[in-house]
Amino acid sequence: MIETENLTKKFGDLIAVDSVTLRVEEGEVLGFLGPNGAGKTTTVRMLCCLISKTSGTARIAGYEVGNEADSLKIRKLIGLVPDNVGLYDSLSAYDNLDFYGKLYDCTETQRKENIHRLLTMLGLWEKKDVAAGTFSKGMKQKLAIARSLIHDPKVLFMDEPTANLDPESAKTVRDFILDMKNEKRTIFLNTHNLDEAQRICDKIAILNTKLKAMGTPSELERSVSGRKTVIQLEQASDAILSALKKLPIRNIVVDGNRLTIDVADPEKENSVIMDTIFRAGGHVQSATIVGSTLEDAYLNLVRRAK
Amino acid sequence: MRLSKSWIIASKDFKVYMKKKNLIYALIVVPFLVSFLFPGVISYSGNKNGGSGIPASELTVLLPAFTFFYLILAGYLPSSIASYSLVGEKVEKSLEPLLATPTTDSEILLGKGIAAFVPPVVAILGGSAIFMALMDLVTYSKLGYDFFPNWNAAIVLFLMVPLAVIMSVEWNVVVSSRVSDVRAAQQLGILLVIPFAGIYVSGELGIVNLGVTNNLLIVAGILFVVDLLLLYVARATFQREEILTSWK
Repeated sequence: MIETENLTKKFGDLIAVDSVTLRVEEGEVLGFLGPNGAGKTTTVRMLCCLISKTSGTARIAGYEVGNEADSLKIRKLIGLVPDNVGLYDSLSAYDNLDFYGKLYDCTETQRKENIHRLLTMLGLWEKKDVAAGTFSKGMKQKLAIARSLIHDPKVLFMDEPTANLDPESAKTVRDFILDMKNEKRTIFLNTHNLDEAQRICDKIAILNTKLKAMGTPSELERSVSGRKTVIQLEQASDAILSALKKLPIRNIVVDGNRLTIDVADPEKENSVIMDTIFRAGGHVQSATIVGSTLEDAYLNLVRRAK
Repeated sequence: MRLSKSWIIASKDFKVYMKKKNLIYALIVVPFLVSFLFPGVISYSGNKNGGSGIPASELTVLLPAFTFFYLILAGYLPSSIASYSLVGEKVEKSLEPLLATPTTDSEILLGKGIAAFVPPVVAILGGSAIFMALMDLVTYSKLGYDFFPNWNAAIVLFLMVPLAVIMSVEWNVVVSSRVSDVRAAQQLGILLVIPFAGIYVSGELGIVNLGVTNNLLIVAGILFVVDLLLLYVARATFQREEILTSWK
């Protein structure tokens, strides 16, 4: 449904997005992760035909991004929830949605039905005649999501939809995204929230100007080489630590009597570590192998880029 | 270009204006104040000098110049509404979702243009109708005929005023791309009043006879050419990428 190949955007000498190649299938949710300034919003704007690409290609549902004739077709096919909700504060929730429904060529009946359905689903129907400017942040965000869905788009671009929301509102929005996922919409989700990405997304792409990695959350977790072994000692000592430091171990974190050791291959290395501890006079109370998380994968990829 | 799309955008803006009472007041107060003020001044000066007042020959010079004052309003009034229409959307960050809809830049620009064009023109024409009726009332005894309506007034109100309003709207589009708050946009937008005020003062001082049809048509022609030039600049300024990446 969404395909890019070497998609690049330059602003003068600054490369904002560099040769991004990705593919999102119909009905998939892609989490687009990256630090501030990584080019996430720029990518979304290019895919929504809001700004031009410098080079490369991109297609949405077979339509060519950058082709003047296809741009209107793409915009009709997609919904956008920008990072700023951008509602008309003096208009009511109903009028905000009705205006966009008209721009998307929805008939009056379609508009009435869609507005009723969306506002009811998002718990805003009772407030339909209230000016959007009086809404809380969470309500505004929900209304912006409703606006993006007024024309029943196949593809939805969401730019940090839960940023700055309280936990309850964020959960409502996340649940709503999951509902849309169940409706088989293709969703391109820009987010900083790794937990959210892990829970909602089928695939995750990590961007830092260049695309650093893309895969399922578990594939990315596995991509971080090595895991950690957490050892609880009866009593840590200098003798144990100096003995361990002689081993080819990348990192040891000491927290009281607990040691957290980075290991590339725990099945092989842990027996050597245990043996070393015993020889140095230590007694192990427990040992646990901890796998790497999506956060580890993200930080590893982003830091490596620096 | 689909006019229906532009009309949807303009209709939405009209709805927004109706919720902003200060915008409505700004539109109505000045044209209607002027409509009562000028006939009042003529009436007062007529009674003051023992009833002799301003000679008929001077009245026929003054009245067209007064009519020309509506051209100053045409340069001034759209700035409040056009700056709100564009900078207001920028401040509310509502341009991005609007730009993401299946509308072209030209359709959005035209919609914004209609929204900024119609209210000032309606206010000016409404105000000028009152002005002409009252002026006829207070000058009939002196002139012996109804001075208004006449062809020159028609040229000013139905040709030059719309051209001046279009110019003001286009100027405000250009200004809106360079400022980030409504007040600054209005202040810069009002600069357009200066050339119109210059022509008005020239008419009052008798440097240019604004009662001569050819003179009015020359000014209208100049306005038309400037409108075309500004349209080119406004169109170049109002592009999705420019708005999202370069507008302050």
